[in-house]
Amino acid sequence: MSGDKHIFAIMEHIQGAIKPGSFEVLTASRLLADQMGGQVFAVYLGPESESEIDCESLIQYGADRVLILRHSALASYTVSAYLEALLPVIESRHPEVVLLSASIHGKELAAALSARLKTGLGSDCISLDFNSAEGLTIRRPVNSGKAISTLVYDSTRPQIATLRANVFRGAGPDASRSGQVECIEVQISENSLSLKVKEVVQETGRNLDISEARIVVSGGLGMQNAGNFKLLQDLADVLGAAVGASRPVVDDGWRDYSNQVGQTGRTVSPDLYIACGISGAVQHLAGMSFSNCIVAINKDPNAPIFSVADYGIVGDALEVLPLLTSEFREVLNA
Amino acid sequence: MKIIVCVKQVIDTAAKISVKDGKIDATGSPRVMNPYDEFAVEEALQIKQRKPDSEITLISLGPDSFKEVLKKGLAMGADRAIHLHDSLFDPLDNLGVAQVLAKAIQSLSFDLILCGRQAVDDDMAQVGPALAILLKMPFVSVVTGLTFSDDFTQAQITRQIEGGSETFESPLPVLLTCQKGLNMPRLPSLKGIIAAKKKPIETLDATAIGFDTGSEGSAHVKRIDLSLPPERKKGRILEGSLAQSLPELVRLLREEEKVV
Repeated sequence: MSGDKHIFAIMEHIQGAIKPGSFEVLTASRLLADQMGGQVFAVYLGPESESEIDCESLIQYGADRVLILRHSALASYTVSAYLEALLPVIESRHPEVVLLSASIHGKELAAALSARLKTGLGSDCISLDFNSAEGLTIRRPVNSGKAISTLVYDSTRPQIATLRANVFRGAGPDASRSGQVECIEVQISENSLSLKVKEVVQETGRNLDISEARIVVSGGLGMQNAGNFKLLQDLADVLGAAVGASRPVVDDGWRDYSNQVGQTGRTVSPDLYIACGISGAVQHLAGMSFSNCIVAINKDPNAPIFSVADYGIVGDALEVLPLLTSEFREVLNA
Repeated sequence: MKIIVCVKQVIDTAAKISVKDGKIDATGSPRVMNPYDEFAVEEALQIKQRKPDSEITLISLGPDSFKEVLKKGLAMGADRAIHLHDSLFDPLDNLGVAQVLAKAIQSLSFDLILCGRQAVDDDMAQVGPALAILLKMPFVSVVTGLTFSDDFTQAQITRQIEGGSETFESPLPVLLTCQKGLNMPRLPSLKGIIAAKKKPIETLDATAIGFDTGSEGSAHVKRIDLSLPPERKKGRILEGSLAQSLPELVRLLREEEKVV
């Protein structure tokens, strides 16, 4: 087994419900394992037992093995407890590659793993390639997407990478796949628990996170005031989208900074990005120009946002938005 | 309280960049303190306002020009600065940078280390967490809220996660990487700028901190290419009245792009 090149795909979940980004990590792991000739381990950390985890889906998305690392102290994520659970398994099973979501937790854990194991890390990858001589080659945006860097690793293993959301979706589950489930009761020492979780708030319902949503509708100063973001929320509700904002809007206090798209905010790569009343400062373009399809609505036909848009509507966002929302509502409810 | 703040210099976020000889070229664009590091400096200053016997030490690893961000931090109100400067540091990757910082910091006494959540040039979000691991101390990344117990021995730390937030309690010392929303960084005052001229900037090289490039200096990742993102294909302005263009837009997004 030690001669095989295995991949550890670290799963993120909310009380057992696997996050969409983790299925993407599995999809990417499967593609890579097929090139490398090893197995994909879906590594699940938590207090849940096998029957409480959707192992079936993990296998259908690409896992050969589901490895459950179980302890009551893993009920909420903390980097120290996760590290203590993961390190012995990594050290005994020698995965060639460890892949995680490029989420807040994933990036934090990846950086910590790399420092403990003294191996290479690439974060926020948008592509992974493998060749038998060098192992992984990754591509990742730098300067918030103003440029793309290609990295190779040295000979230390595992090679660690975090993957940007919405980039590695693939074909979806394959019901014909089979795999095994293994559960290890891990040890977590008091020492790893010096950082205590006091509270975790998970918003539910319509407040999708902008980095995870498949559609983002975003507003800029052209929305004219905070109240008019209701128009964006209406469109978002119809489309199942998240609402983003440009930096000036956040700096003016109209929207929370967690919604800010751009170089000092969040970088997003949804299927569809609809920019409303956003002129398109270079920092904003950096944060959203990896979106698959971009629609710009702006009354200034010379606004830079049109230079990255696939489709443009020259018009006042306040006038266009209600009409666009009702158009979508009509078509989607038909 | 003894506070260490890690800062670095980056290209101004408003700059358009090009790529020349495999490197980012932004000749003529201003260099600034990494925006997330400004939140770290500001947070340290606000703690010092509440606890005036605090001492704030800035530390930066980089070329000569990085002195500018140290001067800015001193002008904002930090007490002293350490500049880690040696051509031996040039080939380091982020983990290597964290190792040098750890080496320099472990000989200092500290209760709190603050970093930016990531540098807006490399975007790796690695140095802060790696530094905490190397110094064997607890850490929280992407912090948006920080309060202390009355005796300043415990910190209550909040951060945003995707679709929510988390609150932690940690004993000191702790390392935090700072996110927008934590505070509003101040601009240096004229008085601060003048005062900064008298504040010490200590420059240390690899020998001075006892950093062995042989065992710790080899990079685990290496950049083999840097390129501009592919240009997006030329878009299309949908002409005509909204009664014509909007149904056409909806059709395009559903039938051609298949994104709705």
